[in-house]
Amino acid sequence: MSATVSEHLDTRASLRAGRDVGASHFDRLEPLLARISKPIQYVGGEVNSVVKDWEDATVRWALMYPDAYEVGAPNQGVQILYEVLNGREDVLAERTYAVWPDLEELMREHDVPQFTVDGHRAVGDFDVLGLSFATELGYTNMLNALDLAGVPVHAADRLGDEPLVIAGGHAAFNPEPIADFLDAAVLGDGEEAVLLITGIINQWKRQGRPGGREELLLRLARTGSIYVPRFYDVQYLPDGRIQRVAPNRSDVPWRVSKHTLMDLDEWSYPKAPLVPLAETVHERMSVEIFRGCTRGCRFCQAGMITRPVRERSITGVAEIVEGGLKATGFEEVGLLSLSSADHSEIADIARNLADRYEDSQTSLSLPSTRVDAFNVDLANELSRNGRRSGLTFAPEGGSERMRRVINKQVTEEDLIRTVTTAYAAGWRHVKLYFMCGLPTETDDDVLQIASMAKEVIKAGREASGRRDIKCTVSIGGFVPKPHTPFQWASQLDHESTDARLAKLKDAIRSDREYGKAIGLRYHDGKPGIVEGLLSRGDRRIARVIEQAWRAGARFDGWSEHFSFDRWMECAQSALSDDEVDVDWFTTRERDRTEVLPWEHLDSGLDIDWLWDDWQDALEEIAVDDCRWTPCFDCGVCDQMDTQIQVGPTGVTELPMPGIGVPSCATPLATTTQSVTRQDASKTNGG
Amino acid sequence: MGNRRPPDRDIAPVAQRVRIRYARRGRLRFSSHRDFQRALERGIRRAGLPIAFSAGFSPHPKISYANSAPTGAASEAEYAEIGLTAAWDPEAVRAALDSALPPGLDVVDAVEAHTSDFAQRLEASHWRIELVDVELPVAQAARDAFWAAGRIEVQRMAKSGLRTFDAREPVAQLQVEPDSQAPCVILKAVVRHVTVTVRPDDVLAALRRVADLEPPVPPRVTRLAQGPLDEATCTVGDPFAPDRRG
Repeated sequence: MSATVSEHLDTRASLRAGRDVGASHFDRLEPLLARISKPIQYVGGEVNSVVKDWEDATVRWALMYPDAYEVGAPNQGVQILYEVLNGREDVLAERTYAVWPDLEELMREHDVPQFTVDGHRAVGDFDVLGLSFATELGYTNMLNALDLAGVPVHAADRLGDEPLVIAGGHAAFNPEPIADFLDAAVLGDGEEAVLLITGIINQWKRQGRPGGREELLLRLARTGSIYVPRFYDVQYLPDGRIQRVAPNRSDVPWRVSKHTLMDLDEWSYPKAPLVPLAETVHERMSVEIFRGCTRGCRFCQAGMITRPVRERSITGVAEIVEGGLKATGFEEVGLLSLSSADHSEIADIARNLADRYEDSQTSLSLPSTRVDAFNVDLANELSRNGRRSGLTFAPEGGSERMRRVINKQVTEEDLIRTVTTAYAAGWRHVKLYFMCGLPTETDDDVLQIASMAKEVIKAGREASGRRDIKCTVSIGGFVPKPHTPFQWASQLDHESTDARLAKLKDAIRSDREYGKAIGLRYHDGKPGIVEGLLSRGDRRIARVIEQAWRAGARFDGWSEHFSFDRWMECAQSALSDDEVDVDWFTTRERDRTEVLPWEHLDSGLDIDWLWDDWQDALEEIAVDDCRWTPCFDCGVCDQMDTQIQVGPTGVTELPMPGIGVPSCATPLATTTQSVTRQDASKTNGG
Repeated sequence: MGNRRPPDRDIAPVAQRVRIRYARRGRLRFSSHRDFQRALERGIRRAGLPIAFSAGFSPHPKISYANSAPTGAASEAEYAEIGLTAAWDPEAVRAALDSALPPGLDVVDAVEAHTSDFAQRLEASHWRIELVDVELPVAQAARDAFWAAGRIEVQRMAKSGLRTFDAREPVAQLQVEPDSQAPCVILKAVVRHVTVTVRPDDVLAALRRVADLEPPVPPRVTRLAQGPLDEATCTVGDPFAPDRRG
């Protein structure tokens, strides 16, 4: 155990410091800020931030994105929940982020607790610490924040007034590796879930906190949509596999289901996003144009767990953009989703917004687009003002065969046609994104990335008649994720990943005609193994995480802070008495009968469908998108009683803002006509 | 970008230049100059000011900044100039910007620019340096040792590497005053702007060098004024004065 980590303290940090619960600790933090780098990230005071009176609220949330402020502050999920919660009169929500080691050291030396940036209140004073995990690599930062807050890291040691520690975000779909540290986890969309939790806490407090913390957690667990790990026991087989996961009391449900927000237009957030003073990774007015994706890429956890597709209407998007730009002054609008060009009204949205903001030096961006010529037209629309950065496409797999395995239905012909259009339209730089380490992959599949890149340059030179065109190939290591068809797959070991990437690098560099026009960006395979361990781990991994944190692991998503050797040493020592090790969790293929650690957590996906899709992958059989072909029974809509919500709404023109309210006769008054899957298949002749 | 030309755009010309004085107070003294630039650009958009843009591929708002106080130092006297495509009442510009910026970045004065030599008018700065837990006689002795020295070399890490320069000569005046909230003394320094700007940190480094003055708590620093220096009285005047006359 490291001396830098404090022992458990029973009293709240604020009381220890001789001040009231909910009081500001800024005066104690301030002298430290003069001695650290980038102090602005810790002071709050952003435009649109909120500080409410402590006493006016009955339920108080500290929301944490467990990474540095520059990454966490722009996070759309946290910003939305911050607005949703603060929109309630009797609820207070503030934000906290991971502090860098320079400040951590001073905070420990001067006994300054983990604080919120809004009111500089001690995190330990709040009713709830809600963490949003976009990635598993934030787990050590959670432990560090709890420790700095003076809150016991183990949920079992939190017996009194400590905040409920609740995890959300995509990683929370398998919270088992951090189950020992959590009071609860929420799967799926957070907007309604945080209000459900708030309501339960509110009622429990008003009743005089009957039954204490245990009773409160029980009330949360009984909803069937909030997972409270302590009410579930895991039994193991002698060989280390899980025998079963079962409730340890009769009044909690066997399975816990995810939250799905229907009708995005009813939830017009963010209305007034934060405008950070510090520089952050995304500085733009982001609006989510739809949630969910049914393209069915088999590696994509986000696409699997956020089903069904729910679109925001063109008018809903325009309203959020207009209000958000007024409230923030941002220079850029980002239209976000998992595959933005798939919105049924995307062309009209892009054209209308481009018209509307053409004269105001506001740029539009459309991250996450697919490889087709339509997207080049769209990109041209978005870059009317002349700024053209690179166009990014994600074929993901290098060979045709590989793309059938992962169900990314794009042919090399499509890609060449698309980039030819782009280069002919004046673009000079195309970025291509691939993965390495996919199931069934061979060296040859990866080497085909090189030939594809060469073809791209060749086609580009022909289309543009120039030689100064470029192509950047970015490669990410594939990590199998829970609730996907690849959840049973073997992860490629890091040595093989590195060897394959080295061969690819040689193949590109050795080409005298095209090599210099192709840039290659990739990371080594080691961080992916730790991510894989945390992604598909079970409760035994908690010991590894705790040891790694005590040994100094923090900011594991940052290469300058990440230590693979530390993680492996801690894993070896923490798992020494078990039948299992890092390879068992990562490079081992599972079979259909094995109980997966997250099987009691219901993403709506039918496990038989997932298995069949995994078998289809191995046989290189592709599956279509249910938005324009008949339902293929992934299970989500039946299980969750939800449906696809896609347009078009019939609205194609938006009035210019400030010209007055349209009359009822205009198409603007039309409400979103949700087209269910059945309707869609009819209209598409499916 | 080869043969690509910037798209044809109607670039509205600058119709009016407005100079603003702004303060960086409280916790927002930890904002850097770049942080302020972004905040101001967005504040201008929120306020709906008719800001002028440069031409070219990536048009930039027409804003220029005078020498800014270092990150961590508060200031009552920072300056920027904004080009507008339509004439506005300077007080309306001030009020609109002030309400569009977060509390702590406060726009306190604005004039229409009638002169062109504004940057040259910022000849000196008046700094207030709070030394907590420092006894008055100790501070006084340090000040006297500083004042008696002809030249005090200090070092600072710059982007180009470690620089060594004199922190004594540019200081036109250095005074020590007791503070009502003892134990605390106030240093007041009037510093001429020279090629290598001498900052409050450099004055403190010089005091450490000549008199081993080592404040136990990081001092709070505030720039009280920037402007023309009256050498006779060692006072810093109002740089907007010529514009107000215009």
